[in-house]
Amino acid sequence: MATAGWQRRMAWVLGAVAVVGPLAAPNDYWIGVMARICLYATLALGLNIVVGFAGLLDLGYVAFFGIGSYLYAFLASTHFGLHLPFLLAVPIVVVLTAFSGILIGAPTLRLRGDYLAIVTLGFGEITYLLLINLDRPVNITGGPSGIIGIDPPAVAGFALSRNTQYYYLFLAALALTLLASGRLRRSRIGWAWQAIREDELAARAMGINTTVAKLQAFAIGASFAGIGGSFLASWQRSVFPENFLFTESINILAMVILGGMGNLLGVVMGATLLVSLPEVFRDLQRYRLLVFGLMLMVLMVFRPEGLLTLQGRHDEEAEPGA
Amino acid sequence: MLKLTDVVAHYGPIQVLKSVNLEVRAGEIVCLLGGNASGKSTTMKTILGVVRPTAGRVEFEDQRIDRLPTETIVRRGISLVPEARRIFARMTVWENLAMGAFTRQKAPAGELAADVERVYALFPRLAERQHQLGGTLSGGEQQMLAIGRALMARPRLLLMDEPSMGLAPVLVDQVFDIIQSINRLGTTILVVEQNAAVALSIASRGYVLQNGRIVVHDAARALLAADHIRRAYLGED
Ligand SMILES: Nc1ncnc2c1ncn2[C@@H]1O[C@H](COP(=O)(O)OP(=O)(O)O)[C@@H](O)[C@H]1O
Ligand SMILES: [Mg+2]
Repeated sequence: MATAGWQRRMAWVLGAVAVVGPLAAPNDYWIGVMARICLYATLALGLNIVVGFAGLLDLGYVAFFGIGSYLYAFLASTHFGLHLPFLLAVPIVVVLTAFSGILIGAPTLRLRGDYLAIVTLGFGEITYLLLINLDRPVNITGGPSGIIGIDPPAVAGFALSRNTQYYYLFLAALALTLLASGRLRRSRIGWAWQAIREDELAARAMGINTTVAKLQAFAIGASFAGIGGSFLASWQRSVFPENFLFTESINILAMVILGGMGNLLGVVMGATLLVSLPEVFRDLQRYRLLVFGLMLMVLMVFRPEGLLTLQGRHDEEAEPGA
Repeated sequence: MLKLTDVVAHYGPIQVLKSVNLEVRAGEIVCLLGGNASGKSTTMKTILGVVRPTAGRVEFEDQRIDRLPTETIVRRGISLVPEARRIFARMTVWENLAMGAFTRQKAPAGELAADVERVYALFPRLAERQHQLGGTLSGGEQQMLAIGRALMARPRLLLMDEPSMGLAPVLVDQVFDIIQSINRLGTTILVVEQNAAVALSIASRGYVLQNGRIVVHDAARALLAADHIRRAYLGED
């Protein structure tokens, strides 16, 4: 349909812009901003699986981002003296973070709506408190001073150092998670998530195992944060508990909602806006967050369903049973 | 075909079904009546395995199903038209129907397409609106969609929880006509209704549930005729 065709064309244009973007960037700082857009878009896509696809309001998504970052730091830094190669460490982190998604998701299975939101928020806080306090009696997380001396990504003996290189690495990860999200949505499990989002009891009556489907959503959503976390850690070369505050959960959630929950292109646009706008308004100094907040309000008042809505997905109709 | 023996069910500490005994024979339309909160919907959910019975047995085609997951029960041939329809609002009519066939992922695509056509033949309105989002349908259309969706699982036993709820009187008659034709095509039906007179007029037998127990059980005609029962249990006067 018209809307979807338009969205698809826009996706191609944005993709092309993304690939040549660094050439047009005024300086290295802006390439860094672009890299951060890709990183956050990947995270937002992960949260979108839980919130947008399965309809489970998770206010503690930052926990998985933190777990992913710290796991990478454990595996590839001077902290424990382990220096696993990037291409080995990342898959391990992704798997372990997905597993943490199951562990954190399992106790919330029976909860819905507001209650789920509060419990996940609690998990986010607990994770933060663990990161900040697990330096005694045995130093695991480095406490408030975090972990430094993290290895940069090295592929085939070539270590990444410049922002442009990170940018393309993050862009590749974004493309991958975008592709995976699209496929998942049209898969059997994706239809199960959507049914749960619309009506959990009806979903069960259809014979959907809602327990398994929800855990899959938590695991896959968390695995995206595993990717994002590894990338953050290897890019910053350090991780601190302050990187994983509650406000980050809200920030990532805002990207999902702003873009139009469930809409992949919308989620990427939401991430682009929320990362870049504060930079654009940097000159306004301390008013920039105020302007930023006002813009969000205006946007949500005039487009309460987000920038892009769920409509216009029917050109890619697939059979739920398939 | 379906047999409930001394079924007990709880929500947390609250015992909702105290002792439900009920039988549905192949080919029948059986009606389950009862006042508000008597446990009718819970009985339906217990049969489907959405609520686990704490005691008693549920048998379907001579096999115990009360420990099976809902998925398996649906595969065995029971499906539910839930109370208040509960269609998937942000899925199209066609997608809603396809969700009804969720457990039939191994069925060939042609077979599913043919089943969708069969539903459309039963409810031509749905065919006209197949690309419309479920949430934008009228109440009557949503009920048709909920019934069509349940049929997509190819049930041998169809459970219907208050299919006439909230419908205009003309539509109520229409829905019950359709229930009858579904039954004639070979599907056994257990229907919960507040609208006792209409439901009993198409059923062969009826059960009355009160406070989690079956208190009356008789032929539909007898229940319709018995004034004291109608007054006592069916809220009529
Ligand atoms: N999910 C639930 N949790 C707790 N109590 C419930 C739940 N569903 C129903 N009940 C209670 O169980 C009783 C029977 O409910 P239900 O089976 O829906 O009755 P009916 O369908 O006959 O109106 C009611 O008192 C109701 O409040
Ligand atoms: Mg009920």
